[in-house]
Amino acid sequence: MTAVATIPTTPAGPAAWQGRSGLGSRLHDVVVLTRRNLVHILREPMQLSDVTVQPILFTMLFIYVLGSGVPIAGGSYKEFAVAGLLALNLTTSSMGTAVGLSTDLTTGVIDRFRTLPMWRASVLVGRTLADLLSAAVCVLFVMVSGLAIGWRPHASAPSIIGAFAVVLFFTYALSWACACLGIVAKGPESGASLGLIVLFPLAFVSNALVPTRGMPAWLRDVADWNPVSAVTAAVRDLFGNPNPSAAIHVWPMQHPVLASLAWSVGILAVFAPLAAYLFRRRTTE
Amino acid sequence: MAETPMIEARGLTKRYGPVVALAGIDLEVPAGSILGVLGPNGAGKTTAVRILTTLALPDEGHAQVAGFDVTAQAAEVRKHIGVTAQDATLDELLTGRQNLVMVGELSGLRRSQAKARAAELLERFDLADAANRVLKTYSGGMRRRLDLAAGLTTRPPVLFLDEPTTGLDPTSRVNVWGLIRDLVSDGLTLLLTTQYLDEADYLADRIVVIDHGRVIAEGSSQELKAATGGATLEVTLTTPQAEAVDALSRFVAGPVHTSHDGRRLRAPVRSASGLATTVVRALDEAGVLVDDVEVHQPSLDDVFFALTGRGADETAHGEVADVAGVALEGAIR
Repeated sequence: MTAVATIPTTPAGPAAWQGRSGLGSRLHDVVVLTRRNLVHILREPMQLSDVTVQPILFTMLFIYVLGSGVPIAGGSYKEFAVAGLLALNLTTSSMGTAVGLSTDLTTGVIDRFRTLPMWRASVLVGRTLADLLSAAVCVLFVMVSGLAIGWRPHASAPSIIGAFAVVLFFTYALSWACACLGIVAKGPESGASLGLIVLFPLAFVSNALVPTRGMPAWLRDVADWNPVSAVTAAVRDLFGNPNPSAAIHVWPMQHPVLASLAWSVGILAVFAPLAAYLFRRRTTE
Repeated sequence: MAETPMIEARGLTKRYGPVVALAGIDLEVPAGSILGVLGPNGAGKTTAVRILTTLALPDEGHAQVAGFDVTAQAAEVRKHIGVTAQDATLDELLTGRQNLVMVGELSGLRRSQAKARAAELLERFDLADAANRVLKTYSGGMRRRLDLAAGLTTRPPVLFLDEPTTGLDPTSRVNVWGLIRDLVSDGLTLLLTTQYLDEADYLADRIVVIDHGRVIAEGSSQELKAATGGATLEVTLTTPQAEAVDALSRFVAGPVHTSHDGRRLRAPVRSASGLATTVVRALDEAGVLVDDVEVHQPSLDDVFFALTGRGADETAHGEVADVAGVALEGAIR
């Protein structure tokens, strides 16, 4: 049936999408939703406390409380700890993706998006990109609070920038895993507690705050293969800070930069399609 | 010229677990007209709208909107529709203006176009003063107006309004009615659901009454009223007079009921046109003094009662199903 021809068009007509290619319009949708999520973050400053107040608090707490009892070969605890704090703060802050997405899913706004001629996955991409930008703010706060207490990197500028790139890429990959939690969660609170259950062991069973050699053997194996340990070791190397893990003879600790990138690519390859699938399933009725 | 209807649905069914939301619904809305879908809570109105706006998939049946199939050509359908859902679907943390600009951009407008359109709509919907306030601070009436505006961002030829005035105070309601009437003078095709009978009566060209997921009646508001039976004549006499009943019996379509004091007479009548004049003249000729004559047109409440045996706002035996429906709607969101 060729019904289209007999449909009268309104004088003004919906002509908006004319002349827009697939990729261009997808990017456009992503930009629009990223901006929307950034407006949210700015409007609810408490959302930002994860990436501003927490880094400062963690730096003070861990370095002065925990650090006094941890001897580090080849340097001071604060030289050792800042890279770990960077990984720790970024890992836990990726919970924001789970909370933000589950919040959207409990309001009617997703229904509104679904009736618009937009790219549906841009809801996910826009969310993770906005969270990546707030992760960059987190990096800034960790660095400033580290510098304030006397931590210094001992490496070239490209190497330091490389460290930021490695840790932010890992954070971005992780936020797709958190997106899956946010979609599965019933609401923001359950999104937050699911995130906590997964992210805290991931962040703490690692070499981020203490060298792994003091751990029980089984836990040490877990920690040495934990992606957060690889990222932390990579950042330590790239910052030129002491990295006791270099003496551990497992592959990720011998090649931390490569291992971090491999983990990040792997997490992204699994969880980005999974998030897209779960999102489609959750929003189909 | 036989035009294809802008909205056409055939045999739509939908179940959510054990609950049958739609049990086979046919709808047809010609271009440029308003269809009112009337029914109590849990009748299936929202489910029908969700299927027609591509938010839900029908289990059986098919539907076309603006000539496109809602399941096979969902992306095309979305380019031709505007939607105002029952619950707020805008962003609480954005301002009114930011919301409209976002919807415009996501509908494919360039940022400059979206901004210009947002300004135009804010002006038209009397929200210009509140444009830069965060949505959280809006009243119920303002949200509804913004939701309507959001549905119109791309000047869609087809608009769906799901209970556009539910929860509004009477003033805001009349206000929204005015806006909806203006839209149709722009040539839009509109499907509106409501549980308010006066709303369907006032706004819709044709009305479909649904209950328990089925269409139970269809027609213009006049046709529905006529199908229910005619009007009621009520005469109040100055003093009781037996001659009055005889004088009236020529005009009425049923027995004349007399009140206890004998002054008030009631009877069903078929044709209401010019009836009051004729009745007064006949009673005058019979020497009867009349205080008051009233001809009551049936309301849509009467219609609904005649069709279902219960009022539109009662849940009666449907109560259990409704509770399940509400719980389910919560679960879906």
